[in-house]
Amino acid sequence: MKPGVLSKTPTVKPAVPMPKLSPSAWILLALLPVLAVAPLVLPTYQVTLANNIGIFALATLGLVLLTGVAGMTSFGQAAFIGVSAYATAYLATVSAADLPGPLAWMAGSPLAGLAVGLVLTFAVATVLGAVTLRLSGHYLPLGTIAWGLSLFYLFGNLEFLGGHTGLSGIPALSLFGIAFDRAEALFYLIWAILLLAVVATLNLLDSRVGRAIRALRGGQRMSESMGVDSFRAKMTAFLVAALYAGLAGWLYAYTQRFVSPAPFSLQAGIDFLFMALIGGVGQVWGAVIGAAGVTFAKQWLQDLLPHLLGRTGNFEAIVFGLLIVLLMQRLPGGVAGWIAKVFERRRHRPTGAVDDVDLPAAEPLPRREMPAKGEVVLEAKGVTRRFGGLVANRDISFTVRAGEILAVIGPNGAGKSTLFNQLSCVDHPTSGEILFRGERIDGRTARAMAGAGLSRSFQHVKLLPTMSVLENVAIGAHLRGSKGVAAAALRLDRAEEARLLDEARRQLIRVGLGQYLHVEAGSLALGQQRILEIARALCADPCLLLLDEPAAGLRFLEKQALAELLVKLRSEGMAILLVEHDMDFVMGLVDRVYVMEFGERIAEGPPETIQTNPAVLEAYLGGVE
Amino acid sequence: MNLQIVMLLGQDGITNGAIYALLALSILLVFTVTRILLIPQGEFVAFAALTMAAMQGGTPVRLGWLLLALAAAALVMDSHAAWRRDGRIAVRRGPALGVAYAAGLTALTTLVPLAEAGVALQALVTMALIVPLGLALYRVFYQPIAAAHPLVLLIVSIAVHVVLVGVGLLMFGPEGARTEPFSDGGLRLGMVMLNSQTIWVVAVSLALILGLYLFFERSLYGKALRAAAVNRLGAELVGISPELAGKASFALAALIGSLSGILIAPITTIYYDSGFIISLKGFVGAIIGGLASYPVAALGALLIGQAESFSTFWASSYKEVIVFTLILPVLVWRSLSHHGAEDEE
Repeated sequence: MKPGVLSKTPTVKPAVPMPKLSPSAWILLALLPVLAVAPLVLPTYQVTLANNIGIFALATLGLVLLTGVAGMTSFGQAAFIGVSAYATAYLATVSAADLPGPLAWMAGSPLAGLAVGLVLTFAVATVLGAVTLRLSGHYLPLGTIAWGLSLFYLFGNLEFLGGHTGLSGIPALSLFGIAFDRAEALFYLIWAILLLAVVATLNLLDSRVGRAIRALRGGQRMSESMGVDSFRAKMTAFLVAALYAGLAGWLYAYTQRFVSPAPFSLQAGIDFLFMALIGGVGQVWGAVIGAAGVTFAKQWLQDLLPHLLGRTGNFEAIVFGLLIVLLMQRLPGGVAGWIAKVFERRRHRPTGAVDDVDLPAAEPLPRREMPAKGEVVLEAKGVTRRFGGLVANRDISFTVRAGEILAVIGPNGAGKSTLFNQLSCVDHPTSGEILFRGERIDGRTARAMAGAGLSRSFQHVKLLPTMSVLENVAIGAHLRGSKGVAAAALRLDRAEEARLLDEARRQLIRVGLGQYLHVEAGSLALGQQRILEIARALCADPCLLLLDEPAAGLRFLEKQALAELLVKLRSEGMAILLVEHDMDFVMGLVDRVYVMEFGERIAEGPPETIQTNPAVLEAYLGGVE
Repeated sequence: MNLQIVMLLGQDGITNGAIYALLALSILLVFTVTRILLIPQGEFVAFAALTMAAMQGGTPVRLGWLLLALAAAALVMDSHAAWRRDGRIAVRRGPALGVAYAAGLTALTTLVPLAEAGVALQALVTMALIVPLGLALYRVFYQPIAAAHPLVLLIVSIAVHVVLVGVGLLMFGPEGARTEPFSDGGLRLGMVMLNSQTIWVVAVSLALILGLYLFFERSLYGKALRAAAVNRLGAELVGISPELAGKASFALAALIGSLSGILIAPITTIYYDSGFIISLKGFVGAIIGGLASYPVAALGALLIGQAESFSTFWASSYKEVIVFTLILPVLVWRSLSHHGAEDEE
């Protein structure tokens, strides 16, 4: 395909540089000296406040990942902090004689406290996630509300945890011979951990797993059909968020040296969500801004409101609540989102040349073994789909061979979309079989088929509008990589990541979108978005391409370019099935046409014979006299 | 545990369960029509109970001021919208009437002593305060973002709950209150003594459920609400305004909430923040019903009432832990019977 054919677009917005490390690297560089000096010049009271902010920001960071990136929400952060803080406090204060023999070494050990705290948090989060994350988005918040309340009452009633009075007398933290007994010493520990967590989160988001998590928000059906396990991605985000809270709980226990149920109540869980929202859930730094802003504002309001209202109580909650409502109505991005907008620079204006300067070429990914030309790749055998009394597909049978393009056409309501859904395993036949490379696939999930080499596009374009074109396409290669969360957070995935992005780049250049690699996918014209979907499908290295109305919304030159691309793919041995309305596009391109009307086959054959077939003419033109 | 205790606990469970069932129904109603999880549902309950108690105790009734403030906010928002649309400030009749109504009711409740007015009149005044409160809450907080992502609606719900609890503390103070029972004595059925308040609760709940059933099955407005719940866009296309549907469902929720509060106030001491825990049990019922089925939700809520009542006997301090842990098996079952990933609008 000629580059430049698809290049005419009026407005092109630069992609939100979420995974771009540079702005964050700048923030880090600016922050480090400030943080290094702060405890030396600030009074102890302020340092203690900064310690609390650091701990809150760590828990809020989890919520930014969960709410802002993954589009889920939880009120359980405070409860997770509580689990870990109590585990830490218990092990720090228990005498070795009270623990069962093999565990006696844990008494008084901060690292054992950390480990047990994190393991407990992980276990509880796994159970909660397992029972809520498969369900619609309302069950996680409701589940965490219920569990947060239960836990609060449980803490208050368990004798060995001190009941409502809590556990006190936690000794100062001492790690590897360094004593963290003063607020100033803890400050460095807390903020070092927080900054490491921020960097780990940024790394995670800029990775294969990160793309899967970012696709959760509005792209689940699409990413599932690219082989992404949405449940797993949700679980990952939820567990990472819980583990940040667990880490915060450990720090909390050693900062306060005292734990009681009150700070881990549901109200505290709500406060963390407010911090995340006020700071801005779309940006990792929003966690720090939110935690600091809410903590300072709370102090100020707690001084001010009792004077105004003449009595004491939790009245700052009214102000925060109203602020959240206002924010949701007017500025859903929070403070950090607003800042990011103000500083948004148009760094990636397409120039017409291929925009891959910062993408080093990498070793190509291994390819799957393609079927020999002429081999049957897809076969439908007597496929019938009923919806109650309505028969949407009746006894549909056809084959698609490697190196062949089959078009399924028919008037509106002919049952093409139903058929397409069954072929792509989104829906399943009532009776009949669908075979892919000789194996039955009806009943399998779309996700399983992505791995087998079946790749698709969508009738209504499904992409992630705020992610870059390159990242959108890289989702297609999800199953060709294997690195997980830990590797991503520690940047051990760079070699694989480079290969995945290189593959995405190559496919984008191939379809003619090479100059748009770094722009926001949502700013492309509709026709280009369709082409992007084809590049994404190609990224999965398929042997069968299912295209749902690929030419809809394309201009003449774009259609020509698309046809050229499809012809080239065919010559490489790809099997292609397309559902299309555009007769000119279909007739000049495909090898065979399968015509449907009212859910049944009315004709099948090469384009020339279809064009003169009386049944087809009747279906399309209402009869020939 | 003997039979008498079983009967006593069962009776308690039915009383509470009936209230939870009412709340579960109203939560479901609001959710299906507007996609909003009405976390502030509990505040209707607490505010109603405490307003009743304030009237009976002769202490100032301050709820009118909240209604007046919200009505004024609604008026301002409406005028602002008109100004942005037409370039001039216009005051429409509805919001203006709302302010007048709130002002009148505030004057009535602050100036006229209602301590001797009798339970029926007090209950009427309480509902006259709370039902429009529901309407105003929808107008001010939810209507501007009615089309937003469900996550945003949930966050606003939580925020509104937090605001209302704070305002509740301001209006009613930190002390709890209990009201006089509707009637004395009880009814002896064989060896069981039925508490008169239990009979009231069960009778009013049944009447309300029947009333709701008739409303949704027989009346045009009820059918319109059901249509909006099944398909919002479709309902809008045939002329059912989503604003009207939203307001109507909130008014109904406030009505159910205030009735629940009035019914429960003689049985339990209610504090300004008690509503949340009570309504959460309604939520557990609604979850048991899969946020979809009314009868299952009501049955689930009755079950919660029983579980709560019997766990009070066996492990009083773990009562809430047991009740809220009950949703785990329900969620497990729902997860196992669910498959596939969907995108939420």
